[in-house]
Amino acid sequence: MQDRTIIATNRFGLGARPGDLDIVDRNPRSWLLDQLQGPSRFPADIKSLPHSSDVLVDIQNLRREEREQNRSQSDEPTPEMVRKYARTAREHFIDQVTARYRTAAASDYPFHERLVHFWSNHFAISIDKQPLPTITGLFENEAIRPNVTGKFADMLVAAEQHPAMILFLDNERSVGPDSFLGRRANRRNQNRNIGLNENLAREILELHTLGVDGGYTQQDVTTFAKVITGWSIGGMSDTGRFAEGEPGKFEFREIIHEPGTRTLLGKRYPQTGVDQGEAVLRDLAAHPATARFLATKLARHFVADDPPARLVDELAATYLETDGDLSAVYEVLVKADEPWREIHAKYKTPHDFVISTFRAFDHVPDNARFLIGALDMMAQSPFRPGSPEGWPDTAEQWGGADGLYKRIEWCNTVARVVGSRARPVELGDAVLGPATRKSIARAESGVQGLTLLLASPEFQRR
Amino acid sequence: MVTRRDMLRTAGAGAVASALPGVVFAKAETNARFVLVILRGAADGLGIAAPYGDGNYRKVRGDLALPAPGQDGGSLKLDGMFGLHPSLAGVYEEFRKKQALVVHAVASPYRERSHFDGQDVLENGGSDVGLLRDGWLNRALAPLGGSLGNESAIAMAVNTPLVLRGENSVTSWAPSRLPDAEESTIRRLQDLYANDEFFATRLAQAINSQEIAEDERSMQRMRSRTRDAAQVRALMQATARFLTAEDGPRIAVLEAGGWDTHQNQGATTGGLANRLAGLDGGLTALRDDLGSRWSDTVVAVVTEFGRTVHVNGTRGTDHGTATAAILLGGAVNGGRVLADWPGLGKADLYEGRDLMPTTDARSVFKGILADHLEVPDSLLERSVFPDSAAAPPMRDLIRG
Repeated sequence: MQDRTIIATNRFGLGARPGDLDIVDRNPRSWLLDQLQGPSRFPADIKSLPHSSDVLVDIQNLRREEREQNRSQSDEPTPEMVRKYARTAREHFIDQVTARYRTAAASDYPFHERLVHFWSNHFAISIDKQPLPTITGLFENEAIRPNVTGKFADMLVAAEQHPAMILFLDNERSVGPDSFLGRRANRRNQNRNIGLNENLAREILELHTLGVDGGYTQQDVTTFAKVITGWSIGGMSDTGRFAEGEPGKFEFREIIHEPGTRTLLGKRYPQTGVDQGEAVLRDLAAHPATARFLATKLARHFVADDPPARLVDELAATYLETDGDLSAVYEVLVKADEPWREIHAKYKTPHDFVISTFRAFDHVPDNARFLIGALDMMAQSPFRPGSPEGWPDTAEQWGGADGLYKRIEWCNTVARVVGSRARPVELGDAVLGPATRKSIARAESGVQGLTLLLASPEFQRR
Repeated sequence: MVTRRDMLRTAGAGAVASALPGVVFAKAETNARFVLVILRGAADGLGIAAPYGDGNYRKVRGDLALPAPGQDGGSLKLDGMFGLHPSLAGVYEEFRKKQALVVHAVASPYRERSHFDGQDVLENGGSDVGLLRDGWLNRALAPLGGSLGNESAIAMAVNTPLVLRGENSVTSWAPSRLPDAEESTIRRLQDLYANDEFFATRLAQAINSQEIAEDERSMQRMRSRTRDAAQVRALMQATARFLTAEDGPRIAVLEAGGWDTHQNQGATTGGLANRLAGLDGGLTALRDDLGSRWSDTVVAVVTEFGRTVHVNGTRGTDHGTATAAILLGGAVNGGRVLADWPGLGKADLYEGRDLMPTTDARSVFKGILADHLEVPDSLLERSVFPDSAAAPPMRDLIRG
């Protein structure tokens, strides 16, 4: 078995299922590159999910029902309505997480799936805010998945215009002070401050494109926030100005858009409505700082915590030459020498770890409830990174003592569940070092052997 | 009594010792306890301690201004200028006992507005982003002793935050709902990890933490609690458990999220008020559970930066600069607000939008480390906070 097979399966893929290693071993690089061919993949579990706009409409209907029930009573929703909403939100969330991890556990295209997760984490949104639990998983499939082998600029526009992102970073009601509605509101009431919210603009610059050292200023943030005023969601209310637009879908609201030509990073953008913001996004996507930022993140994810400079340069150059063609960048990554020099170079995140456990046993979970609880305890609760920066990607950041202990508890739990169905040595023989093999062979029970296998340094790295 | 920890410690000692040459097994004798609470997301200093005596306050804060002390839902009077948020009633009780103080218009040296870089600077103790890869509190551990299996500091989290990361051995702990692994399995893993320092070290640390945590029934209850206020409270109670354990750590770091109030921040009630109430409940529980240890304790509550002075377009605030910090505990020389108040007039603001920083957060940390944990000045200046001559330690934070 070549080291390259182990690297392709674990670091680029999501871990070996029984039999995978023999297939990959024939030609690890081709196995990876073949997964990038053709259009992005939508497995059955993903296809069966509803569209986010339908979910948002459902949620809005729930709220309407609540208002009608309460018309003559208090403003507070009834406990019954709160329970009903919480149950609905929880059901959507569990369905989406289940689809995500079923797909990851069963996929024949694990490199493709890892890339979906990578970009979904780059454009991280979190379920910490309502109603995001109902659509966060859908964001990954509607904004990220279709563009994962395409142009970064297209993914960027899709992500920033997705209702989940707009809600997460507060842009739906960010109002240009000189827009029609802004002027009227501020004329009527001097104290009532209606205006900009710069959250989305800042995170696009800092986290999605240029990176924090990308050379933008506070002035650029404020200007960009003005440019994207009006990027909102349709049908946000039953009546009035915010009722317009297709419910639950991206809607450009002219009446809150700050009019005028804006200068950002030294370039002038004339007032063209929604196109003004899209033009900025496309220029940001083509910026050398963005190329370097993305190249560094990719190299860190697929090679080492401390990404090799030469490879970062090459990835960034390829990105710029191909106008941000992600498949071209992945191809350079796979064909480079650096990823293949060291086996087990990365410490798996809990997310990686859990998926690779499922794959090792060829187990496709029926329901993500248990998984959500387990990942929560390992500090990587699904779709809940706690901040728009997303999950970290280094051993240093995941290396807490308690984190290791939680993994061991997880291994032990899984081993107890599947213990009678798997033979640990056979399962791990190809990838394990002699010390681990010896330790497993001497285990006092099958369950213990499996625990040792899963908790071994080899299995916890990729 | 021979505990599970002792047994596992003995079993793994050889392997671990060989993986970590040069570790000194000794611990300085001091009763001082220190708890650092990091509020992630940039907590609003003007919401924590309102400058009701500043003539511009009500005007610039609009709907987010708290009523003055004495009014319905008003702030709790700290002095003629500042009032504490009414959700912080427990902290206020300590303030009146002169065991809590507020430092206002405080900021780390960081002057941009990224959460992540801001937290980086707050925690690494450098003068700018990315200059240091480990945390100031870890570097300060050097003279405090503590070693593998005998750590002087604990992160109350699954992963160790930057402020505690570094050369000196620290441990971490967080609650679990998964069944415990069998002792013999853990022992075999110790053997299996013997030649891998990364795994060996972490497992040894985790075993110790498990032992302290499992002693207490309250930990069992904690396993079922999860979110927000209850979680903060439970984590504070667990912290007290660690800090009062024999041979346990004396320094703990906790994190609490949810302070990024871009929308509907509220005033007397609302999003920020709820967060603060949860924090207050946690701090009160920590005080109660520390018992007599409270008199040796300093708790510092800090955040990466503050928020805009003006209200944004969505009844919240955007990323700003200076903010407020709270120190409390029996060892704190409290009952005061420490502020070189910059004012809230347009010309007084940093870049025309944020509270102007007039106190360097490093001065606060240096004061605590020097006078409470007795870290030598030379070490403070040389390695804990390099290039911080412009931020001398605040010398009267600790009761003399």
